[in-house]
Amino acid sequence: MSYELVFDVKRGDFDTAGEASRKIKRTLQQLGVSNKVIRKVSIAGYEGEMNLAIHSSGGKIILEVGEEELVLTIEDTGPGIANIDLAMTAGWSTAGDEVRQMGFGAGMGLPNMKNNADNFQISSKIGEGTKIVMKFLV
Amino acid sequence: MKLSLVRDLLDAVVLSGENHLDEEVQSGFGCDLMSDVLCFAREDAILLTGLVNKQVLNTADMANMNSIIFVRNKMPSQEMIDMAKERNLLVMSTKYILFECCGILYKNGLKGAHLR
Repeated sequence: MSYELVFDVKRGDFDTAGEASRKIKRTLQQLGVSNKVIRKVSIAGYEGEMNLAIHSSGGKIILEVGEEELVLTIEDTGPGIANIDLAMTAGWSTAGDEVRQMGFGAGMGLPNMKNNADNFQISSKIGEGTKIVMKFLV
Repeated sequence: MKLSLVRDLLDAVVLSGENHLDEEVQSGFGCDLMSDVLCFAREDAILLTGLVNKQVLNTADMANMNSIIFVRNKMPSQEMIDMAKERNLLVMSTKYILFECCGILYKNGLKGAHLR
């Protein structure tokens, strides 16, 4: 069995941000994935979804369900990250006041995604976009 | 500690998820920064916060925390309450400030829900 689900995430739409992660969590529950793995995927996916809403021009979350692993891809169409090492540093963020007032923008999103995934890859190009691929063993 | 005792100790109003009141909880996490909840909080803990928006519900849901207490008399909107009911989350509101809530619950045996 192998299939994928794709969710669009809009920039700045904090009213619906979180819906994709919620649907991913419910899907994994229906598939009988363990709670431990579901929590990791849910947290990493939600951090990614919030990042798309906060920082990107809009993007997608793709969940691929395989026999031995789940692959979560977060990709956007820009603006791209100038310095990935800096962006991966806990506590570093470019988020504005509106985002911080919602309880986000603390600079913990990318490091937390990496902590929760069994494998984490990030690539980015200014003007083109950012792609994060996370793998979770089931 | 039963969640009904948490309600009584904090003199809290239950807004959704009354079915959880008979359940036991071992720990709590008090924070207004949802990023830190996602990073540092253990699951199956009570989330105590003074931040009131939909992302608090999303954060608790994604982190497998099924009970939220809004402190400092903060009241969620009806839309948030409906969302909490749909997700079967226990949501309460208390007049106490975050520091007092944590102190009262800790004194009565609840532990910190820090991931170590």
